[in-house]
Amino acid sequence: MTTEITEQNSKNSFIRTRILPGLILIAIGLLILLLFGMDTQPGQQATFGMNVMRSQAIQIPDLTLPVQPAIYGLIVVTVFMGAWQVARGVRSTGVLIGVVAFCFVVAFLIWATREKSFNLVGMLSSSLVRATPIALAALCGVISERAAVVNIAIEGIMLITAETGVIAGTLSHNLYVGLLAALLSGALIAGIHAVLVIKYKVDQIVSGVAINIFGAGITSFISSRFLEKNVDMLNNSGTFPVIPIPLMAKIPILGPIFFENNLIVYLTILLVIGLHVLLFYTPWGLRTRAVGEHPRAADTLGIDVFMMRYVNVIIGGAIAGLGGAYFTLGSVGRFDEIMTAGKGFIGLAAMIFGKWNPFGAFTSSLIFGFADSLQVKMQILKVPIPSQILGMAPYLVTMIVLAGLVGRALPPAADGTPYEKQ
Amino acid sequence: MKSKAVKTEATQKPVLQEAQPEQGKRSIWKQAGQGLLIPALAVFTGLVFGAIIIVITDPHLLSAYKNFFSDPLTALASPFVAVFNAYGSLFLGSFGNPVTLVEGIRAYFATGESTLLLKAIYPFTESLTTATPYIFAGLAVALGFRCGLFNIGAEGQFFIGALCSAFVGYAFQMPWYIHLPLALLAGALGGAIWGAIPGYLKAVTGAHEVVNTIMMNWIAFRLSDWLLTGPMKASGYRPVTPVIQDSAFLPRLFPDPLRFNIGFFLALAVAVLVWWFLFKTTLGFEIRAVGTNPDAARYAGMSIVRNFVLVMVLSGALAGLAGASQVLGVDHWVGQGFSAGYGFDSIALALLGKSHPLGVVVAALLFGFLRGGATRMQSMAGIPIDIISVIQGFVIIFVAAPAFIRAIYRLRAARAEETVLTRGWGK
Repeated sequence: MTTEITEQNSKNSFIRTRILPGLILIAIGLLILLLFGMDTQPGQQATFGMNVMRSQAIQIPDLTLPVQPAIYGLIVVTVFMGAWQVARGVRSTGVLIGVVAFCFVVAFLIWATREKSFNLVGMLSSSLVRATPIALAALCGVISERAAVVNIAIEGIMLITAETGVIAGTLSHNLYVGLLAALLSGALIAGIHAVLVIKYKVDQIVSGVAINIFGAGITSFISSRFLEKNVDMLNNSGTFPVIPIPLMAKIPILGPIFFENNLIVYLTILLVIGLHVLLFYTPWGLRTRAVGEHPRAADTLGIDVFMMRYVNVIIGGAIAGLGGAYFTLGSVGRFDEIMTAGKGFIGLAAMIFGKWNPFGAFTSSLIFGFADSLQVKMQILKVPIPSQILGMAPYLVTMIVLAGLVGRALPPAADGTPYEKQ
Repeated sequence: MKSKAVKTEATQKPVLQEAQPEQGKRSIWKQAGQGLLIPALAVFTGLVFGAIIIVITDPHLLSAYKNFFSDPLTALASPFVAVFNAYGSLFLGSFGNPVTLVEGIRAYFATGESTLLLKAIYPFTESLTTATPYIFAGLAVALGFRCGLFNIGAEGQFFIGALCSAFVGYAFQMPWYIHLPLALLAGALGGAIWGAIPGYLKAVTGAHEVVNTIMMNWIAFRLSDWLLTGPMKASGYRPVTPVIQDSAFLPRLFPDPLRFNIGFFLALAVAVLVWWFLFKTTLGFEIRAVGTNPDAARYAGMSIVRNFVLVMVLSGALAGLAGASQVLGVDHWVGQGFSAGYGFDSIALALLGKSHPLGVVVAALLFGFLRGGATRMQSMAGIPIDIISVIQGFVIIFVAAPAFIRAIYRLRAARAEETVLTRGWGK
């Protein structure tokens, strides 16, 4: 009897892990056909602009695709992947999901652009730009949670640092002073979170939520009290200029996307690399991860668990400060109430999606940035979906990602629990 | 008193003891006092910190201190004047002017004219009206906390519930005894569905409800933006729903402009219902067990998945009722930004009230009075309404870090263990 049951179980799990995903993929292929393929006429063309205006890059001709063949080609790829999954099973689910998602999105773009033209490189470039605050929030989360301190307060910290940065920048007529002020205020607020959580052992999520409430309140308060009446004196800092990198900016497609941005975007990319090296290739990073996985073992080896956590959270706060500075000094040059619009939380989702790694977090931030930038472009293209529904895209993507991946993504083992010396 | 305490302990199931020491010896009043002390001090300290922020950001104060040497008395007095103005107008906005009240009573008994009396009790009733959605929303979050779930989605559930009940309110013609309950039910159902989605995702995939509920909030805002400028828009330019039918109104107790309606008593009744559910039913016991120790609960045979989904559904329903009560009783239509502030406020409420329905009601009344007065404070003393969020942030911190309060006020350490509220990501 027992063997029958186990066979039944393994057959069920076989169905669930292999056949079902394959069938879902085939269904997605059919969905592409229904939604996008059916709505096209033969002979339609979609033009994708490959150049950005005012760019140093070498201009290349636009890419023109015939709509129906392209969409049907993508459907074939999707169905093929689904069938392969059913028949043989694909080893890496990530690759499978990635390819199918790519096909779906590209089919959508081609369908939306039929008979029109659409600046693809411009959209990719703005994806990176929009991904920057999300990536910085995610990096702040990574470094904090690697040391086992959950930092939900990123949203509040970014609001406070955005305001501090713009006020300091306007008062001093110097963007770098504003940036420094943002970094320091971010470190300060994160330090408060650290003290509450490490010394007073406040529940980490409660402390984070409280700082968010406080941050939203105090920034709106100061904005109403001072910024609205004294715009030129306090709320008009200007923004960091775009700095093209001399030779690399000339590369077509890649040049405008990666090498023609402002200081904060470049710092973000450098931070991703730097944090990765720091966490995985230095003794300090090893100690941090030890503190996050098994603080008691780290403690017995002589590592100061509390100090490591303080340092990590404060550095994370500075990174969040950079993120906040992006909203004002790097983007519009003034502070508006609640201008972060949930980016801090999307950053946390990116961190989980990226499995608490800097590069993973950056990649997932790019995906969210893409979703964000896509919905704006869709409005320009007058896609027959209301703009507000399109505006849900980043949040829906976050939820889908979390639902699909959290089960397989393990946080640092001691995440969320305060450490008690014995 | 003592025998009552012993009796309730004896009827508790032996499987799970709540983490509290022997309480039979201390009277119920002393227990209540001890439990009330930290939150009360937290609120007081929060108000003090708020006062400090008001003072240091006061423009008159800054100019008074510029002339410190020419006019020292004004400079020294100005902080107190600023705080007095601020909290004075807060009091007037929350409770009303005692002088006006006396005059109103006198006028009523003299001439039978009630307008002055109504004007005098307006601030007080308005505070109670403001407290009503807070009671519902606070109960929603508190119920979540009892199960170890952090429902930050109360704001989204509030809005969706409001939209659902508004729709039933304006789209149908029915006698009031069907229309009103149906509208309330629609609100509860809307909120319940909105809460069920993150609950289901957490139960099945382990995705943390904090991020999911926040995402649902933003999706709700976008959805409502679309609905209010599209399908649900009343004729005209403003992005608002049509006014609901009279038969769906929650009856008001006083003539216009007083907005006090039976929604307040409905909220109190629901609070009693939630208390009964949590502490007097098996299901409520299961929920509390899962919140206190999920592993032990699973060992005892309770389904964690079912309880998570159930609690998120109920929590969403309560938050939806909050929105419904606001639409049906107060505004009678829904516009953009309808749910602003209720989400995070309700978290503060649940924390202050220690997730107990009675505590939540008291905390909600406090917040209702604070918010009721804050609009007056903004118009009279010119202090932006956001200071209330600042004070709330402080209060949450002080309640969540009682060690801080104890350090400031040199109190003895508490005997009872603090409740565990949440557990990391996806566990």
